[in-house]
Amino acid sequence: MLNAKNIQKDFPIFANRKKNGPFIYLDTGATSQKPKTVIDAVSRFYETTNANIHRGIYKLADEATTAYEDVRTKVAKFLNASSSSEIVFTGNTNEAINLVATGWAKKFLQKGDVVVITDMEHHANVIPWQRLRDEIGIVLYFLPLDQDYRLDYQALLSANIDLKKVKLVSIVHGSNVLGTINPIGEIVAFLKKEGIQAKVLVDAAQTVPHMKIDVQMLNCDFLAFSSHKMLGPSGVGVLWAKKELLEVMDPLFVGSHMVGKVTKEKTDFADVPDKFEVGTGKLEAVVGLGAAISYLESIGMDAVENHDKKLVKHGLKLFQQEKDFTLYGPKTEDNRLAIFSFAINGIHPHDIAQILDQSGICVRSGNHCAQTLMSILGTFATTRASCYIYNEESDLTTLFKKLINAKKMLRV
Amino acid sequence: MSNKLYSDIIMDHWKLPRNYGALSSPDIDIEELNPLCGDKIHLTVVLSNSTISNLLFTSYSCVIAKAASSIFFDSIKGKHIDEIKKITEEAFLSLLPPNYISGRTKCALLPYKAIQKGIQAYETRSSI
Repeated sequence: MLNAKNIQKDFPIFANRKKNGPFIYLDTGATSQKPKTVIDAVSRFYETTNANIHRGIYKLADEATTAYEDVRTKVAKFLNASSSSEIVFTGNTNEAINLVATGWAKKFLQKGDVVVITDMEHHANVIPWQRLRDEIGIVLYFLPLDQDYRLDYQALLSANIDLKKVKLVSIVHGSNVLGTINPIGEIVAFLKKEGIQAKVLVDAAQTVPHMKIDVQMLNCDFLAFSSHKMLGPSGVGVLWAKKELLEVMDPLFVGSHMVGKVTKEKTDFADVPDKFEVGTGKLEAVVGLGAAISYLESIGMDAVENHDKKLVKHGLKLFQQEKDFTLYGPKTEDNRLAIFSFAINGIHPHDIAQILDQSGICVRSGNHCAQTLMSILGTFATTRASCYIYNEESDLTTLFKKLINAKKMLRV
Repeated sequence: MSNKLYSDIIMDHWKLPRNYGALSSPDIDIEELNPLCGDKIHLTVVLSNSTISNLLFTSYSCVIAKAASSIFFDSIKGKHIDEIKKITEEAFLSLLPPNYISGRTKCALLPYKAIQKGIQAYETRSSI
């Protein structure tokens, strides 16, 4: 059983912020806080192991290379990938999806081919496909939501598109707004059963931090996530893809480090995954990501997931109490992250977030980089509380109490 | 409430906004929207010799956008549009109670943007 109060002691920011008043951090959906072990790993790299990688012959350079490549192996194991050469370090999830859009889809799809996404996507998994539509004329289809904010993926069968031309299905695993967890394995099986020969890309930015992910069990073809949402440093993300796909994909950026033989006339690219990592890598961020994985593994991803479930249960119970509070997201506990996007009748999300800040509560208000979803929800913006291993049920209870106060303060 | 952003002045203008409503047959009729958050104000202005003789506004917005609109629009009644055009963003913001978190500046600027766009549209129409 995970004890959030004890977990907080591992994160320096909580003690530091609490010196000046209450501090309840409910914005992990935007970025996670960092344990001391991750912060120390980054500093320690620069204090003891800093050199450029894959280049030097001297001992320090070798140690730096090992530190970096060990994390690649660690990530592969964390995802149950069949090989560490299936792990590409990118800048973040956005960049990983762009790599698939430009390096694979733009190369192999043609005008009239269909890319399927959903109505609950983050802009990271909308805009690259809109650009592809504008550049090469793919058809972009958005799978709808049902009344419970779950994905109606079966709607694909009655959509006005040629199913034989569906070449890519790119889906968010866990919605950063609704908290809905989409059944990827079930969706992949559905596609196969219906003879839809599409590759599947999973945006796992909100799920890799929160549960055990097994890319072989999910049976997808590409998966992307970010370090900074799972206790790691910002600036690095991961694209996992099946090796045979990486081998035929084009890199996003070209230049140094990702090459083999270079002449004035011609350049050969390096083997995967180096082909996709241009220039000097995100050295300290990768090392920090390794430390983040170690920290999560010391807790156990089952414990992390069970903690989430406790918070989901508690949050749903709270939001059911106020009929003036609209909760955008499933009202049932199964397949749901501890992310609560809501509106209070007559009160703007900006004001809610500002007033909560007076009590040291950090939530996000806005469109959460999901404007296409906001228009489906019939609003421009919501307030969002998102939880992680350092949140207790009492954080949500306090949030709720302060929301009631905010309603009283601002009601005209 | 100890937070200075929601001062008594701001809350007063939020709960009892001045010049709230809509004019019929206005010379300036403009809607300004921030699509990132949904803050929206609708401004109607009647001019007399290019001077604001009357204005009313409505808003669907956060506290700051509505209060800033109420405070600012009250202050420009009777002003010539050339004078209003010369008001900089800094000068506008200095009319409002202090203690901004920079994240709310866009909310506060909504009425400023509305009148500047409204004047521009009016002058474009008048010159045709």
